[in-house]
Formats: sequence, structure tokens, C-alpha cells
Amino acid sequence: MVGFNLLIGVSFAYVGFLFLVAFWGDRQARTGRGAWLRTPIIYTLSLSIYCTAWTFYGAVGYAARSGLEFVTIYLGPTLVMVGWWWVLRKLVRIGRAQRITSIADLISSRYGKSNLLGVLVTLLAVVGTTPYIALQLQSVVLSYSVFADVSGDAQADPEATAFWVAAGLAAFTVLFGTRNLDANERHHGVVTAIAVEAVVKLVALLAVGVFVVWGVSGGAGDIAARIEASAISDWDIDGARWATMIFLSAAAFLTLPRMFQVLVVENVDEKQLATASWAFPLYMFLMSLFVVPIAVVGLQVLPTGANPDLFVLTVPLHFDQGGLAMLTFLGGFSSATSMVIVAAIALSTMMSNHIVMPIWLSTRSGGAAMSGDVRQIVLVARRISIAAVLGLGWLYYHFSGGGAALAAIGLISFAGVAQVLPAMIGGLFWRGATRVGAALGLTLGFLVWAYALFLPSFGETGIMSAAVMADGPWGIGWLRPQAFFGVEGMDPVVHAIFWSMMFNTSGFILGSLLSFPRPIERLQGAQFVNVFEHSRTAQGWTRGNAESEDLLVMAQRIMGPSEAQALFQAESARQGKEGYLPDTTPDFLRLLERELSGSVGAATAHAMVGQIVGGASVSVDDLMAVADETQQILEYSSQLEAKSEELARTARQLQEANEKLTALSIQKDAFLSQISHELRTPMTSIRAFSEILKEGGMEDADTRKYSSIIQDEAIRLTRLLDDLLDLSVLEAGQVTLNVQPGNLHDVLERAVSAAASGRDGRHIDIRRQPTQEDFAIRTDPDRLAQVFINLIANARKYCDADTPRLTISAAAHRDRIHVDFVDNGSGIPADSQGMIFEKFSRLSDQQRAGGAGLGLAICREIMSKLGGGVTYLPGQGGAAFRVTLPR
Amino acid sequence: MARQVLLIEDEPNIIEAISFILSRDGWSVATHANGETALDAVERHAPDALVLDVMLPGRSGYEILQDLRANPDTADLPVLMLTARGQKKDRETADRLGATRFMTKPFSNAEVLSVLREITDD
Repeated sequence: MVGFNLLIGVSFAYVGFLFLVAFWGDRQARTGRGAWLRTPIIYTLSLSIYCTAWTFYGAVGYAARSGLEFVTIYLGPTLVMVGWWWVLRKLVRIGRAQRITSIADLISSRYGKSNLLGVLVTLLAVVGTTPYIALQLQSVVLSYSVFADVSGDAQADPEATAFWVAAGLAAFTVLFGTRNLDANERHHGVVTAIAVEAVVKLVALLAVGVFVVWGVSGGAGDIAARIEASAISDWDIDGARWATMIFLSAAAFLTLPRMFQVLVVENVDEKQLATASWAFPLYMFLMSLFVVPIAVVGLQVLPTGANPDLFVLTVPLHFDQGGLAMLTFLGGFSSATSMVIVAAIALSTMMSNHIVMPIWLSTRSGGAAMSGDVRQIVLVARRISIAAVLGLGWLYYHFSGGGAALAAIGLISFAGVAQVLPAMIGGLFWRGATRVGAALGLTLGFLVWAYALFLPSFGETGIMSAAVMADGPWGIGWLRPQAFFGVEGMDPVVHAIFWSMMFNTSGFILGSLLSFPRPIERLQGAQFVNVFEHSRTAQGWTRGNAESEDLLVMAQRIMGPSEAQALFQAESARQGKEGYLPDTTPDFLRLLERELSGSVGAATAHAMVGQIVGGASVSVDDLMAVADETQQILEYSSQLEAKSEELARTARQLQEANEKLTALSIQKDAFLSQISHELRTPMTSIRAFSEILKEGGMEDADTRKYSSIIQDEAIRLTRLLDDLLDLSVLEAGQVTLNVQPGNLHDVLERAVSAAASGRDGRHIDIRRQPTQEDFAIRTDPDRLAQVFINLIANARKYCDADTPRLTISAAAHRDRIHVDFVDNGSGIPADSQGMIFEKFSRLSDQQRAGGAGLGLAICREIMSKLGGGVTYLPGQGGAAFRVTLPR
Repeated sequence: MARQVLLIEDEPNIIEAISFILSRDGWSVATHANGETALDAVERHAPDALVLDVMLPGRSGYEILQDLRANPDTADLPVLMLTARGQKKDRETADRLGATRFMTKPFSNAEVLSVLREITDD
């Protein structure tokens, strides 16, 4: 017999194991070794969060109460996966193209980035998901109490158990769901843990099934006979209920926030749908295979009145199979926890992006995007939201008394979130669907659902009194919650679904037909509906007066520095420019907005970019372009657009090349002048003093002094010649590198001690994080140190802060290592940034520089020989240089 | 009374060298290292001759020369320009702006002395 305390111990061990799995999955993904994380099998297993504790425990109970009807819960998703894979493909494609973060974001983005709709769907999702979370808590509590009953141990207070389970799940979700603000909201650690849980619950249910068929009964034939003899085979199939249930589970599969999270948001490759479209139905088939046998055996062997929802646990316990029961318990625990974790992540993303962020933005008018640490605020908002979601689930459990049958709560949830379906499907396939229609449909559907299904679920002692249920509010008969317009005798669920969908869809269609869409709605509508036909569509932004650097500063705050810099650099390269500051073309603004919406949602990203660009989101020209686009015109124009785009790119490249040549020719004159000056100045001293010495007749002290001046100047001359030679050898590519294995930390250490203080008496404080510098590198350490010394010495010479400080940080980024040198001075003006790597390009007077202006040119040549690079990094406050090394 | 020469130059070692040879030759030498305040220095010292470098911090020797020539008090002041940029156009610029003489660095000490004597010999 399994002791209750042992069970608690096992649960803790299992949770600890899940933490490890999640941690390991995150780590694998972060270090780029997680190729297997992106396999279709992991994707399919993650979809299994559809099978919650409701299906794990509840399906057997459902079968025991209503016969085969439980199959409908599996049939809906199966039909979607097999028959509607093209809808899923479109959803996933749009999700990726538009950087959708949640179902609320999808609806908000489709209907003109409307925040009202985002809020509506978020509310609907929270209200619809809360009972479901309560249901999971209840199932865990029930399964504990089963063990406590059997073992006779002192039973823990169910409320307390539920509370601690909720708190533990909140902790897990905060840890792995809000670890960082991923640009694409993917959580590899969580997905890995969920895949493991998917296997555990499947194995557990199959084990019980095998035990029941071959352990308790005499094999397949015997069990068939038992089923035939039981009441389950006598149940009639109620056509209306079956059709409704299949529709409901199919709709829920698409619209449940957690399903949207795993189906669309966590999807890493559209092709995985192909595998999932057969593998996931197979998974559900295996999950449902032994449901009826377990139910039949449970009804036969257990005393009447035993809760059929717990047969999966109580049947093994009845036959004294403690180990099997333990496995089953873990299966149920897995089902419950995985659902709650993903639901909490999905809901917290929606709450922070659609409720918290807009409020925060509106309280900080003008330039909010530029100030403060946006990432930190989003993360805190998510963490609080997660706690709030689980708190709500616990409260619902507390107030609903935890007594209702599992299946009923599940259906109420399904019906609630299914209200998003018309707006979603309409938005994918109907260009005419508008914001007003979507809002109207959602509101009507939500109200009918709440009135006819949700509020009555609290029971007659709850919000709806028995009198209202029987006679309607204020005695108005046709408003009875379960018999609208006097249509009586309908099953309450069928009734609620029928009327809510009816009002919802009618409101959606009528609202869409009668309202005129705003331009941005039409733009988004075209992008969604025609996502396969043309990925390039009409413009959303006109070229505003946005400064590229401002945008970079904002993007860094939201996406994180390395992601933002990579994006800006890639765009610059595409435009044929060097560095990190591309032109703010409408295309680029649209791309940027989409990337940002991956972190904070479409509506917020739109508002943030708007704050910087200056509001002019759609011009009259753009309006004309969208007003009358037929497919043909669009196609023709997109061809033209591609051509003119190419021309514009070439022109831009030519112009840049020309500007560079002109600048270089000016620089060449300056170069000759400079070199003459640099050589003649020390020569002057040397010649003058040698003549003086030659004449003789001076005191010894003077002779010594003048000789040492000659010596110093000769050294200065030599150093200049060395630099020039070094540079010309590097430029000619004749340099031999002494490549050997080494450690970045050692090279930095060497450079810092050589360069932090100079002969000029200036000193700069250097901040480093030595633990982050531990990278094994294969390079020429002397050359690399030369580059570092140069950058540090530059900061020391030019940083104009009162207390000069240089921060050196190293980080791995894909297959490269970035070493950033950022000082706290006033930085380098944007118009000079392009020239500083050219020879003799000194920005300040030579007194302070003390060199010939060759340092950075040499650095650039060295780094390109070492297979890396050195660039100026704008938007960091002070002067900032990034050295890139291959790993 | 020794005649005074003002040396406007920013390289410490060159200042030292020129000061030495001029003092030894009997000149009273004043020095100034900044281009921006060079005109004030000229007014203050009222020298008999000026040795002026071209590349100075703050303001170039050419600009200083231009202002000197525009001012009636200093329009006739003998000015020897020194430059380390020995290109043809530098010499032309100096001539055009009214430099009395122009010499390229490095120079011969004897030549500096003879030129200075020559341009102040009235």
C-alpha cells in the first residue's frame, strides 16, 4: 500500500525532475545545441496539453455517466488536425509573419491593431480559463485525497493542498515562462518539460488500460463481452449533443489560449504541422483507447457511488497495485500541471501586452518608449499576471466548492473561449470583416455564454437564483437562461452554444457589413487573408522624421541589445550600408514594428513606433493604394515595386560609393599632408638640436637634455613608421598570424593592465565581469591584445566624462563572441562614425591624441585578418566599439 | 635694448630649440602655444618680429596672419611662417596672405637666424 507521505515525496521528486528538464531544455536552446527541440515529435507532444486532467480522469467518468459521448472531445481536434490542417497552416504562417504573441494579439492585430479587441479577448480568455484552472487544482486535490483515504493517513486540508499546488505552479511558470523577453515568445524549457509530461500521462493511461484488459479481465474478448453487458453500450447517441460537442471541442482546439500558445506561438517550423496532423490524432486515439474498458471494470468492481472520475486511480488501488496507482497519479498530475503552466504563460502574455502595457504607455505621454527599462516592466507585469491567473483559479476552486463533476466545468470553459471562433475564422478568410463586427460578435457571444452557461454553473445558491432559472429575470419567461425564446427541452450546453454562436456570428457579420473599416484594418485584413499570395503588401508607415538611432535605442530596450543590433545591422546590409543605422524606410519601420510586436503585442508596438515616427501612420497615397486593390493590380504592382526597390537599392549603393570616393579623395590629400606633418615635426627637433650640439660649447646638463630630446623624437618617428608599415602589411595581406589556443579573459587582462593608465597621466576606470569572459578562442593573442589596447587607450584619451569609465563586456552570440567597449563620455557624432576607421582620421586635436590617427585603421585590419571585425556601436550613450570574434 | 621676437608654436621641443638659438643670437624671446589667443599675445608683447607655425590648436596660422594683416597696427609686422606641411599650395597660401617669409620644417638653424635678421633689418 502506498503511504500518503510517500506520495507527497514522489510528487516533490517529480516536480524537481520537471524543473531540471525545463532548465536543461532552456540551456540547450540557449547554447544552440537544441536542434532536437525543434523536431515535429516534440511539437506534437506539446500539443498534448489539450489532454488535461479533465481528459485524463474525466474521460473515464464521462464514459461511465454518458457512454461513448466522451469520444467527441477527441473527435473535434482530430477533425481539425486532419481536415482543417490548411486553416492551421494559415494561422501558423500569419503567426510567424505578424509575430503574433497570443490569441488576443491575433484578433487585435487582424482588426487594425485594436487594443479594445485585445482587452475583450483577454477578458474572455481569463474568464473562460479560470474554471479550467480550478478544475486542474481540483483534480490534483481529489487524487491526493484518494490516496489519503486508502492509506488511512491523516488527510491534508484540500483547500491548503490546492493553494500550495497553485503557488508551486506559479513559481515554476514565473521561473521558466518569464525567464527572458524572447523576441518570439518561445519557451524551450517549458515545452521540453511538457513533452516529458505528455509521455508520462500517455504511458500511465496505457498501463492502467493494459492492466484492466489483461490483468483484471481475460483479454480483449472478455472485455468486449463485459462492455456489451454493461450499461455503457445501452446509451443512445444524441445527435444534437454529439454535433455540438464535436463543434465545441474543434472550436476550443483552435481558440483555447493555451492551445494557441503551443500550436502557433511556440511553433518553430510550419512543416511540423504535417507530422502533427497524423501524430496528434494518434496520440489522442491511444489516450482514448482504454477509456471504456476502465469505465466498465470500474463500474463492475467498485462499490456503487464511487466517483467514476477517479476510476483511473481507484481501480488499480482496489487491486492493490500501488506502483501502478502511483504512476497514474503522476500521469494525472502531469496533465493538470502542464495545462496550468501553459495557460498561465498564455494569459500572462495577453494581460501584460493588452492591459498593463497600454496603461503604462498612456501614463507616460511622449517618448515613453525611449525612457525606462521597458523589458523589466513587461517582465514584472507578466510575473504579476501569472500569480493573478493562478490566484483566480484558486479563488474559483474555493468558491465553487470543488464539487461539480469535472466534465461540466470543462465544457463551460470550452464554450467560453469558443466565442473567439467567428472573429478568428472570419478574420482569416473574409477581407470585409471589421473591428466593429468583431467587437459586437465577441461581446454578444460572451454575454449569452455568461448568462446561459457560466453564471448558472455556480449553482442555485450562487449568482443565479432558482427563481431566475425557472421563470426568467423579473418573470420574463423568454429570457430564462436555459430556454431562450421559449425553446424548451434543449440540453443546457447545446442551448447555450446554439444561442451564443447564433448571436455572436450574426453580430459579427452584421457589424462588419454595416461599418466601414479604417485604413489600417484594411491593410491588416489584406495581410491576413492573403498571407500566402503575397507576403509584400501595402505600406503601413510613411517615411517619418524618425532618427534611426532613436529607433535603435527603443528597440534595444524592448528586444534586448543583441537582437536589436542584429536586426538593424541586417537591414543596413540589405540597404547596402555599413554599420547599425539603416535608413528609416517605410519597409524597415514595418519590419521593426512586427519584430517589436513579438515582444509586446501588435497594438503596443504600433503605439511605440508611432511615438517616435511622429504619428503619420498612413498617408493619403497609401490610402489610394489600398482603396481599390484587385488581385491583378496588386500582383503587377508588387512586381514593379520589387523592381523599383532593387533600383532604389542600387542607387543607394552607388550614392554611398560615390560619397565614399569623394571623401576618400579629400582624405588622400589630407593623408599626404598629414604624413608630411607627422614626419617633419620630429625631424625638425632632431635637426635643430643636432646642429646645436654640433656647434658645441654647452654645459653638460644641456647637452644631456638635448640628446634625450633627439632620442625621444627619433623613437616617435620610428613608432610612426612602424604603424605605417604595420598597416600597409596588413592591408596588403602579407601578415603572418601566430594563431594558438587561448582564453579571452587572459587577453583582456593583459590589455587592461597595459592600457588603463597612460604616460599622459590620464586614467580610466574599467568595469568588467571576469566570469563572463571565460571563452576559449583560437586566435593570435598578441594581435588581439593590440586591438584591445588600442580601444582602451582611445577611451582613456578621448572619454570626456568627469570620471571616465569604460565598461568591457563579452557575450556569445550564435557562432561569434562579441566584446563591447562602452565608455560614459559623449560618444562620437553620427556623421563622424563612418570615418573613424579611416587612416589619419583624428577627431580632436593632435595634442591630446598623441598618435597619428592610425590606431583604429590598424584595429580594423587586424580583426578582419582574425576572421572577426570591429565596428562602432551607436545608441549606447558613450563611445562604443564592438569587437567580433569567431568562436 | 635687445630686439624681441614672439614665437607662436605648439610643439614643446621645437619651442625649446628655436628659443635656444634665438636667445643665443641675442634676441629676447617670448613664446605662445595657442592659436586662438595668439592675437592677444601679439598685442601684449608688441614684438619686433613674429615666428608663426601653421598647424596650431584652436586656430590656424593662416587665419592669424590674415587678421594681423587686416589690422593697421600689425600690417607691417615681419612674419616668418614655419610649416611641416611642405606642399606647394601651402607656400602659395602663405604668400597670398602676406607672410614676409616662409620656411619648411625641418629648417637649418643658421637660416632661421639669417632670415630673421634680414626681415627685421630696416
